[in-house]
Amino acid sequence: MRTAMANRLTPYMFMAPAAIIMAIALMYPLGYMVWGSFRDWNPSQTIGEAEFVGLKNYIFLWNDPNFHESLGVTLRFAFFVVTIEMVIGVGLALLLDREIRGISLLRTMFILPMMIAPVVVGLMWRYMYHPTVGTFNRFLDSIGLPRVDWLGDHALTSVIIADIWQWTPFIFILSLAALQSLPRSALEAARIDGATAWQQIIHIKLPLMMPVLIVTALLRLIDAFKVLEVILVMTEGGPGLSTEILALRISRTATEFRELGVAAAMSNYLLILLLLLTVGMFAFNRWQEARAARLNALVEEES
Amino acid sequence: MPTIRLDNLVKRYGNVEVLHGIELEMAENEFTVLVGPSGCGKSTTLRMIAGLEDVSDGEIYVDDKPVSHLEPKERDLAMVFQDYALYPHMNVAQNISFALRLARRPKSDINAKVKEVAEMVGLTDFLGRKPGALSGGQRQRVAMARALAKDSGIFLFDEPLSNLDAKLRGQMRAELALMSQRVQKNMIYVTHDQIEAMTLADRIVVMHGGYIQQQGTPEELFKRPVNKFVAGFMGMPPMNFLDGALEERAGEMWVTGDGFDLKLSGEIAAKAKGHSSREVTLGIRPSDLNFAEDADPATALTLDVQVSEYIGAQSVLLCKCGPAQVMVEVNSETPVALGQTLTFAVNQRGVHLFDRTSENAL
Repeated sequence: MRTAMANRLTPYMFMAPAAIIMAIALMYPLGYMVWGSFRDWNPSQTIGEAEFVGLKNYIFLWNDPNFHESLGVTLRFAFFVVTIEMVIGVGLALLLDREIRGISLLRTMFILPMMIAPVVVGLMWRYMYHPTVGTFNRFLDSIGLPRVDWLGDHALTSVIIADIWQWTPFIFILSLAALQSLPRSALEAARIDGATAWQQIIHIKLPLMMPVLIVTALLRLIDAFKVLEVILVMTEGGPGLSTEILALRISRTATEFRELGVAAAMSNYLLILLLLLTVGMFAFNRWQEARAARLNALVEEES
Repeated sequence: MPTIRLDNLVKRYGNVEVLHGIELEMAENEFTVLVGPSGCGKSTTLRMIAGLEDVSDGEIYVDDKPVSHLEPKERDLAMVFQDYALYPHMNVAQNISFALRLARRPKSDINAKVKEVAEMVGLTDFLGRKPGALSGGQRQRVAMARALAKDSGIFLFDEPLSNLDAKLRGQMRAELALMSQRVQKNMIYVTHDQIEAMTLADRIVVMHGGYIQQQGTPEELFKRPVNKFVAGFMGMPPMNFLDGALEERAGEMWVTGDGFDLKLSGEIAAKAKGHSSREVTLGIRPSDLNFAEDADPATALTLDVQVSEYIGAQSVLLCKCGPAQVMVEVNSETPVALGQTLTFAVNQRGVHLFDRTSENAL
């Protein structure tokens, strides 16, 4: 009787350390944030001293035009960044999926931007965008074109370009891996069936890569909603609110405006948005697995 | 339907030459089977004809026109792959019609063609299915239907049956034979299975080590192999080989070795007489040995029966002849006990002799 009990408990005992660390490292701060978001909380107070205000912070944000602006910037940023990165990343993968001399060196070089720390990327691009001594404007000067006010009038575009530079490689390597795992013989069959290189991409390669591409896009989307350092270093959200993405606004609300409760509520809005995306991703995976299982069952039934 | 000619075809990967000047002619509507062990160059040859591999040297002619610089789609051919190579995201009808849709044929034509070939291979009920929802045999049929739908002059098969189980393979082999009679095209078929080669081919090309060893009808290859490799490769169970020496006694030719002393007669004796070297390998197929207790010892082998493999109407006896192993195919009714020493008469027409050094037939 006692052994049976012990046997049943063993797996839980093995899982306990991981579960406890999870609880401390993830659930506790998360719970703290949710708890804090219902309070009018100043950094000089402990959470116990802060006044409980219910949903006030959430309602305030719901009607706050600045929050709307920030959310809009984030959505625009995420949309353009992910779309353009997907197009360039997949395009590069399609171009470089072949055996030429030095291709491995080329592939490694393409991946380099991803390995650089975001703060460094931000500094680097801020320098290159500098209105008078920056690389881009000096180049425009030298070929006789008017200067562009990169981080002024075109701040969001400039920030988007920097992000594309940094994160396209991520999509590139995942697409390349997907491409190289495609069935070779199906592509050969397509060549024999008369498909041009372009038709092979449209009719065979892209449809077969689609599951990987969808997951990749979702991962990038989730990441794009959370981006902070590069923009913080490059523009600090300005000019005005033009590049103030949500993560940046949260950080400023907490540190500059000293509104911990509002910042927490904003984080929760972002969290809900990301959760929806993640659940969407899992649902997509689940749907695919279910479909594969259904097909297999169908085959077995017949044989 | 075109003739195909391979002229001194060479394939090199870097410095390694894998095909050493293949010369081959395939007549109109001929079913040619390239057969050989793994790595013999048969698939490479086929893929070069298809245009999936570059030609390093030599030329491929279709109806006397050089084609080796053309893309696969410009060569008027269809191909069936070993792993079927279906498009997993398209249903059966879309798979079959892919080439036609790329060629922008009118919709009514495409539908009619899909219906026609689907009926031909028995897939009419599965047109809406994706390949993932089909069994191996059905997928193979889709691959076949897709090739048929193209109406090409040349049909290429790259080991199309080797992913199927034994029973299905036999069935598909028969269907394939039937189909090839019906559609009348030039077919080139690659396999490592000599039974497929024997049953399907008008002409078999045996390849080994990047060279053509022999080509001819199945009967020619079975009865008159030009060298020891072809003799050993064609036929199941394989030919027995015994090392021996030629001797002339009182005007008769004998081949003797460890455990046997066999008198030669007829055509093979004449060939042996004219041969310069004495060192030979004797080759006898298991089916050319007949159990006969009262056989003349001069034209028989005396063997120790060690194992009997019962396969139904026939049994294969594994026997010892000196140090060598000899297989004998006998009627299962033959009263044989293990451990016995028995006499088997040798069918003189089934005696093959190969030079020991060159391994060529005498």
